[in-house]
Amino acid sequence: MISKIVESAYEAVKEIPNGASVMISGFGDAGVPNELIDSLVEGGSGDLTVICNNAGAGETGIAALMKANRVRKIICSFPRQATSHHFDSRYRAGEVELELVPQGNLAARIQAAGAGFGAIYTPAGYGTLLAEGKETREIDGRNYVLEYPIEADFALIKARVGDRWGNLTYRKAARNFGPIMAMAAKCTIAQVSEIAPLGAIDPETIVTPGIFVQKLFDCSGASQAERRENTCSA
Amino acid sequence: MQRLSREAIAARVAKDIPEGVYVNLGIGLPTKVADFLPNDRDIFLHSENGILGMGPAPAEDEIDWDLINAGKQPVTLLAGGSFFHHGESFSMIRGGHIDICVLGAFQVSVNGDLANWHTGSADAIPAVGGAMDLAVGAKRVVVMMELQTKRGESKLVERCSYPLTGVACVSRVYTDLAVFDVGPAGASVVEMVDGLSMADLQALTQLELKPA
Repeated sequence: MISKIVESAYEAVKEIPNGASVMISGFGDAGVPNELIDSLVEGGSGDLTVICNNAGAGETGIAALMKANRVRKIICSFPRQATSHHFDSRYRAGEVELELVPQGNLAARIQAAGAGFGAIYTPAGYGTLLAEGKETREIDGRNYVLEYPIEADFALIKARVGDRWGNLTYRKAARNFGPIMAMAAKCTIAQVSEIAPLGAIDPETIVTPGIFVQKLFDCSGASQAERRENTCSA
Repeated sequence: MQRLSREAIAARVAKDIPEGVYVNLGIGLPTKVADFLPNDRDIFLHSENGILGMGPAPAEDEIDWDLINAGKQPVTLLAGGSFFHHGESFSMIRGGHIDICVLGAFQVSVNGDLANWHTGSADAIPAVGGAMDLAVGAKRVVVMMELQTKRGESKLVERCSYPLTGVACVSRVYTDLAVFDVGPAGASVVEMVDGLSMADLQALTQLELKPA
């Protein structure tokens, strides 16, 4: 019997080594897998390349990784936020490399990796600093920039309901990067707030089919009830 | 001469948004446009983080942090609204499915170049978000901004000095003093606030302007 369910967040992330590339879902606070990130911080892996939309805000989530100085490089679209002080200070000190990517290009490059494309031509960024030095092409009178896929060793994502085969549903705008990151990583680890028996999730409503998920972890456990309030609301 | 308040600019932008269109409102000033869309028109608001049919801010006790807009503020979902992932959301943008996008700007040039992501200053932390995707993807990109900087410099310019977000992508600029059309033919003045003359506006922008 196949079960991708692991017992703890620590168990879920313990194989992430130093130097790994890690996608992390979320837009603002919605969809950020805080429990998995906390375990990654506790586990001590460093020198990470992180791919996500934001560079962390406040003290939790990606900000905690920044604070602990575990990130060598971040690939994201919108690092600057009112409370992104942990990223800001690392960046200003030259301790973290930033690859700034237009948000739609970030999504498309992640999708390209998951879908097996060698590269994509995208119109976004053409004629700007972010396309400097990149190959361009005019197709049907429109200008495009050649961009390469972004893949990762691991993806840490937050979903709502999962089953032992790894099928996932999401909640509202917390879906954001989860489904596409799940497709682009060698090992996708999902934190869910509910485990459903196999067959209980209506197949018509499954957003991420289990083929894209290697491990999942139920973060609704009683011992974590307090955190659930913030990170795992159902 | 009475400058339009930010709310009045938003109301003016809203006036040009017809029923049945799909609209993306950029973060910052453009978010205000939502407050002035008439309730009797079905207008579909898109949020880049995966929402169509976005509704107004929720009551305090109904805030749900899984339901936020691009500016990370809590919003609601209208009946008929939907959620989707980032790939689909930016396919809507890049694929030309969004009819109108309203963006803020540092500068817009008379030919429609947009600069709104980076001041170019060395110590600034750059952030681009979805601005470059919206600038090239939406069918019609309009800008909403105050015409002058705090120091009185025109933000409608011959050529942007700040790093560009998109090339020749803006078609209309709504400001506190006038509404301009921009594009290959240069800038033309659609309307001005009472008491302002074409000569005043030319002096203020240092641009060659013509009536629309």
